[in-house]
This record gives sequence, structure tokens and C-alpha cells, in this order.
Amino acid sequence: MRLDGRQLLSNLFVLACGLSILVALVPLVMILFFVIREGAQALNLAFFTQMPKPVGEAGGGMLNAFVGTLMLTGLAALMAVPIGILAGIYVSEYKGTTLATAVRFAADTLNGVPSIVIGIFVYGIAVLPFRQFSALAGGIALGIMMIPIIARTTEELLLLVPSAMREGALALGATRARAVFSVIVPSVLPGIMTAVLLALARVAGETAPLLFTAFNNRFFSTDPGQPIASVTVQVFTYAISPYADWHRQAWAGALVLVAFVFVCSLAARVVTARVQRRRGGVA
Amino acid sequence: MHGDRWFRLGIGAVGVLLVALVAAIGVELVRESWLSIRAFGLGFWTSRDWDPVSGEFGALPFIWGTLYSSVLALLLATPVALGIAIFISELSPRWLREPLTFVTELLAAIPSIVYGLWGIFVLVPLVRQLEVHTPDWLRALPLFSGPPLGVGMLAAGLVLAVMIVPFTSAVAREVLKTVPAAQREGAYALGATRFEAIRAALFFARTGIIGAVMLGFGRALGETMAVTMVIGNNPQVSLSLFAPQYTMAAVIANEFTEATGDLYLHALIEIGLVLFIVTLIVNLASRLLIWSMNRPPARRRVRAAPAEAAA
Repeated sequence: MRLDGRQLLSNLFVLACGLSILVALVPLVMILFFVIREGAQALNLAFFTQMPKPVGEAGGGMLNAFVGTLMLTGLAALMAVPIGILAGIYVSEYKGTTLATAVRFAADTLNGVPSIVIGIFVYGIAVLPFRQFSALAGGIALGIMMIPIIARTTEELLLLVPSAMREGALALGATRARAVFSVIVPSVLPGIMTAVLLALARVAGETAPLLFTAFNNRFFSTDPGQPIASVTVQVFTYAISPYADWHRQAWAGALVLVAFVFVCSLAARVVTARVQRRRGGVA
Repeated sequence: MHGDRWFRLGIGAVGVLLVALVAAIGVELVRESWLSIRAFGLGFWTSRDWDPVSGEFGALPFIWGTLYSSVLALLLATPVALGIAIFISELSPRWLREPLTFVTELLAAIPSIVYGLWGIFVLVPLVRQLEVHTPDWLRALPLFSGPPLGVGMLAAGLVLAVMIVPFTSAVAREVLKTVPAAQREGAYALGATRFEAIRAALFFARTGIIGAVMLGFGRALGETMAVTMVIGNNPQVSLSLFAPQYTMAAVIANEFTEATGDLYLHALIEIGLVLFIVTLIVNLASRLLIWSMNRPPARRRVRAAPAEAAA
């Protein structure tokens, strides 16, 4: 076999590409390993059902933080799901118009805005006027981060709907609104739900936009007008503290976050694969 | 017809809302940083003194830290990200593609705070070991000067690199998909090796690839939590990889709720304003580059013609 310089270079290149996969796998495996090993030590039922204990007392949980994150993401979804879906519908239904281009551009821009900057913005509009950190402000911050994800995915999904479906509905005398809401959107509903799920998973892991909107709260609260705890801010507070017990709790919180994100990503994959298979079957 | 108009107006209003939101972010940031803009002018960006107690606010150390850490991350991440993109789209057996894509997506999905936690307790001690064992003649160089603390620029660059690899590689993969098969087949037909064929595809996709790299850069600029936790949070302009430094996002995250006095708060928000503008420009540029790849090839060829004629 003749192995000249060019062939050798080519083989080295292929090897380097394969190696880069391994290089990326190292941190992933390391993170998962430590999060599971350290997190599992403090993870028990009490972690989910009990309130934080004072410093020095072992045990306790993050009940308030879990309720807080649930509430913050709920508020965010309440705001972002309708706005995101409707904006996505506008961009796909009226594509080519100036406003549609502007909306798509705005969504892409919003997607690239650092989350800490969104935190400052929401501080200015929802914290400063009331002189009060609040769960509502935190929800707005996370909601602003969800909108572009949902809007862009909705748009992309709708563009894949065969035009015959729209034409069929219109030919039967449906109004445009009817065609969109009764025929076109339902046909991509699983995809939209996947997008919402992924957007939720992403904002549930956000810390920076909550630091000066929802702030934090050592106590149990479900009042949208008051500061509220969240798993991420709690993990941050514990991680930079000097207490070994709090470090363990931080790892446990991280384990829960990673598990949640993992389940969401997996669920999204399964739904997407199923939708694609169904599409393939029809064609 | 009547109903259609209302439908269009209704969902159009939501669209307008989205556009207004982006504008409102810009306006609000300017409004809330006005005191600082008026008090310091452009000197804010050239002064390296950050001493809130005596009312001195200079943002140079944060700009420096943000650019240094992001460029470092870019240098570390780009080869790996491109390698992954090439492996998945050009070299990998078909059955391995899906799992590998999923794994890189998982890397992107891990929350920033988890990267930070891992950074503090795992990566920083490792970096400290590396720094301790750096030979003295290397430590004499400005790039590696300073005590081996573990926290600092190197740890921040490493964490950032890990975090942007999945973004860059995902976009690069999409871009490589748009390269026509004929491009590679042509190369193979001329007797090209695998490397040469892929190089031809990369060259064809160069604008999009640059866009993918810039998108990763934009992510790195705005990344907050993980960097805050490992960079050491010390406002100084240093060339040393071992020195604890500070970034724009980190100083906002750390000092915002502790800012006493309006001027301090406005100075922090002005840093946010510049972060907003810079990420806006980087993202815009990268999207333009990526979009230009998605244009139909026929039109691209026509536009490319004068350049080729000139060359």
C-alpha cells in the first residue's frame, strides 16, 4: 500500500476530528460524574420537602427554592407562550412584509442579548418603580428570554406545513384566522409543545436574570409581589459560601437541574423523532 | 375580509410588541445609566480605576477581562468545535450521528450555574495544580506571572470554551449541510484525499463558518455566572493567564444589588449598555454571514462572478 504525504495528512486530519469529539466529551463526563457523585450525597426526600436549615445544622432542603422556580417558570410561560406563538404565526403567515422581517430580526436579537442585561432591563421596568424585588419581575425576565425561542421555532415549524393544507382550508371558505388556528397550528402542535418544553428547561437553569429581579428569599413564599427563592440562585449562594454543608446542598441542587434539563432534552428528541416518522409515513 | 384584517392586526400587534421590546431595552439602559454617561463621558472606558468607595468608576478592566476571556475561549473552542462539526457531518458513520448530536446538545443545555459549580470545585483546583507545576522560566513570562491561585483568566477561558463549543459546532454543522454534494464529489473525482475534499467544502462554506465562530464569541461575551465564579473578580488589566481578573457581566452580577448611590448603579448599568451594544453588533454580523450562506446557490454564483473575474 502506497502511503504518501497527502494521504498521511488526510488520515491525521480525520484522527484530529475524532479526537475533538473526545476532547468535548471529557468536560461533559466530568461534570456529570461530579454532579451525580457529590449531588447524590445530599439528595433525599427531605431535600425536596424541607426548608433550608440555619448554618451549622445539617440536613434540610430547598423546598422554597423548588416552589420558587416552579412559580417563576410558570409566570414566564404564561407571558411567553402566547406572545411567542402569535409572533411566530405572524412571521410565517406574512413573511416578506417589512414587519415580519423586523419581528424575526427582533427575535434573533433578543435571543443574543446576554441574560444579565435582560435582568438590568427588568430591574428598571419592574423593580425600581415599586422599590421591591418580586417573583413577578423574575417571571418577566425569564419570559423575555423564552419569547424568541418559542417565536422562532413556531415560525420554522409553520413554514414546513404543506401549502395544500392552508389552501384547502381557505377553499372551504375558512377565514385566515380559522385556517391558522384550526388547521395549520394544530398540525404542528407537538412541535410547538416541544419548543415550549425546551424553552422552559433553558430558563429554569437561568441565574443571572434573577439576581436583581426575583432576588432570593430564605423563607417560603408564593406571593408574586415578594422576592422569591429559586434553585439556581440558591445553588449560587451555597456554592460561594464557606460551609461544606451548603456545598453539598449546592451539588444536590445542580443534580436536580441537570436531571431536569436531561429529561426535557430527551423528551423533546422523542417527540421530534415521532413527528418526523409520522411525516415520513405519510409521504 | 373583515375578519382577516382583524386577525392580521391582532397578531401584528404582538409582533410590534416584540420589536418594541428590543427598542425598550436599549432606551431603558441609556436612561438608567444617564448619570454615569454624563459624569464620565468617554473617560469611563479608558480609566482603569474602579473604586466605588471614593466614587471613581473606570470600566477598562472589565472590557479587558471580557475581551481577553472571550478571545481565549474562542482560540480554545474553535478548533474543537469545527472538528466536531466536521466529524458529525462528514466522517461519522450514520448510526453515530444522532447520539453525537444529542451529546453536544446536552453540553449546551447544562445550566451556566452548574458549569460554575464544577468550575469552582473541580476545574479551579486542577488549574491551580497546573500553575504550581509551571516551571519557573515560564512563570517569568508576563503571560504566566503571578501567584498560582487557581481562580483567574485561565480557568475562565477554559469554562467559557467548554460552554461555547456546542453553539459553534451546531451552527457549523448546519452550514456544512448547505454545501452541495457536487462540491465534494468534484474534489474526489479530481483525486482529492478526504482532507482535501473537506477543505474544499470548508472553503466553500467559509462565510458561514466565520459566522458560526462569531456566534460563539457573542455567547462568550455575555456569559455571566460560570465566569463570575472562577475568574477571581479582581478589577485589573493584566496579560497574565494566572491573574484573577473581572468581566463586564461579572461585575454587574456581583455588585448590582450592593451598589450604594445612584452614580454607582448607573455606572454598572452603563457597563450593561455597552455589553448590550457589543453583543448586538457581534450577533448581527454573525447572522448576516450565516444568512448569506443560505441564499440560493445560483444567485450566489452570479454575485461571486465579478470577484472571480477580478482575481
